[in-house]
Amino acid sequence: MLKNRIIPCLDVKDGRVVKGINFVALKDAGDPVEQAKIYSEGGADEICFLDITASNENRETIIDIVRKTAKECFVPLTVGGGVRTIQNITDLLLAGADKVSINTAAVKNIDLVKEASKKFGSQCIVVAIDAKKVSENKWEVFTHGGRNKTGIDAVGFAKKVEENGAGEILLTSMDKDGTKSGYDIDLLKTITNSTNIPVIASGGVGTLDHLYDGIVKGGASAVLAASIFHYGEYKIKDAKEYLNSKNVSVRL
Amino acid sequence: MNVTIVDYQSGNISSVINSFTEVAKGKVNLEVTSDIKKIKFSDKIVLPGQGSFKSCVDSLNQIKGLVDTLKEFAITNKKPLLGICVGLQMFADIGYEEAETKGLGWISGKVSKIDNQKGKFKLPHIGWNEIEIQKESKIFKDIKNKSHMYFVHSYEFIPEDKSVISAITNYSSKIVCSVERDNLFGTQFHPEKSDKIGLKVIDNFLKL
Repeated sequence: MLKNRIIPCLDVKDGRVVKGINFVALKDAGDPVEQAKIYSEGGADEICFLDITASNENRETIIDIVRKTAKECFVPLTVGGGVRTIQNITDLLLAGADKVSINTAAVKNIDLVKEASKKFGSQCIVVAIDAKKVSENKWEVFTHGGRNKTGIDAVGFAKKVEENGAGEILLTSMDKDGTKSGYDIDLLKTITNSTNIPVIASGGVGTLDHLYDGIVKGGASAVLAASIFHYGEYKIKDAKEYLNSKNVSVRL
Repeated sequence: MNVTIVDYQSGNISSVINSFTEVAKGKVNLEVTSDIKKIKFSDKIVLPGQGSFKSCVDSLNQIKGLVDTLKEFAITNKKPLLGICVGLQMFADIGYEEAETKGLGWISGKVSKIDNQKGKFKLPHIGWNEIEIQKESKIFKDIKNKSHMYFVHSYEFIPEDKSVISAITNYSSKIVCSVERDNLFGTQFHPEKSDKIGLKVIDNFLKL
């Protein structure tokens, strides 16, 4: 039976790990390569790096981090942030990333998703959707780390990225991100029910119960969290043992 | 010992290189190349594969003499070859991803899309799944039944001769996750991404 995945996410800025509260007020807390190694040895099912300000900055830093991490971590590594071109994807994959996550560029130009999945295979193309609730059961796509409103319906967009070859959706609730109040379960449920590709839940985890809710109530194939692992509140192992005790199948 | 990872310009093989490098450290001479001469004189070959069946077969055919060299190595001379993911799938006669495409024809069978029971199972099959070992396999030495391996695929290899199947995994149906015949090995899962247990599979292959 396929296991539900637990994915610690490391937000990286200028080569250092940070985690923002609602994408502002960043705190510096660690070397990404070391962190990734700790997670990998601790049983993380995958590792995710998000280069949070990459849209405006030098890309070499993250590529170097990916290169170093990939030599020491032998679980899948997803890298996102500022991915705009086929060349960006090629560079990250060559550095050792297994999957690349496309966010703003997918909204601006869906052909990038199509072209990338054709060239590299759907298995390595993740589309990151940042969604914000606009009315009851309606969510809109935001870009540029949550700064720009697009007017695009999140459900329609999720279907569109699937049609264009995305292998997975990384779904972040902009309302919940950094709040530690749990995933937006309604959003998650709506997207997992309207697509046939795996959805990774993101944004809002504060307790282990939230991970449970994301999988069981939201239908997510994987749950991503940053701060609860990053500041040592819980170890990956704690999360897995907790889920296992509640009959959610995980890789122990 | 010389082991060659075949680099035929298809998909992302960085992780394969990283993991084999880690396991081979100080024990095995590892080459990453599409040079026919080097491949011919290797002791073992690793055939990775990412992307679609068609794109991998097309890329393999782009390199003059490569398919014949691989066949001579693995089939005629029965030297050890490990196919990973689409690398395994290409052993089949035919694949149906993108377009109907002729495979290497080393193990009779076809590669078709996983029946996801009308959307009941999400595709790709991504993540960690348990392998159910079907027969004794050299690459599963010291690996426990029901170990977790990392999968990413939407298509499955269906061999005609079921005796080649060394392990299956359960995802909507029993999916072939590894095959073994003589010195021909293939894994649908990615040993290079399957943590310590995956590195053990690689180690077993290198120790053959």
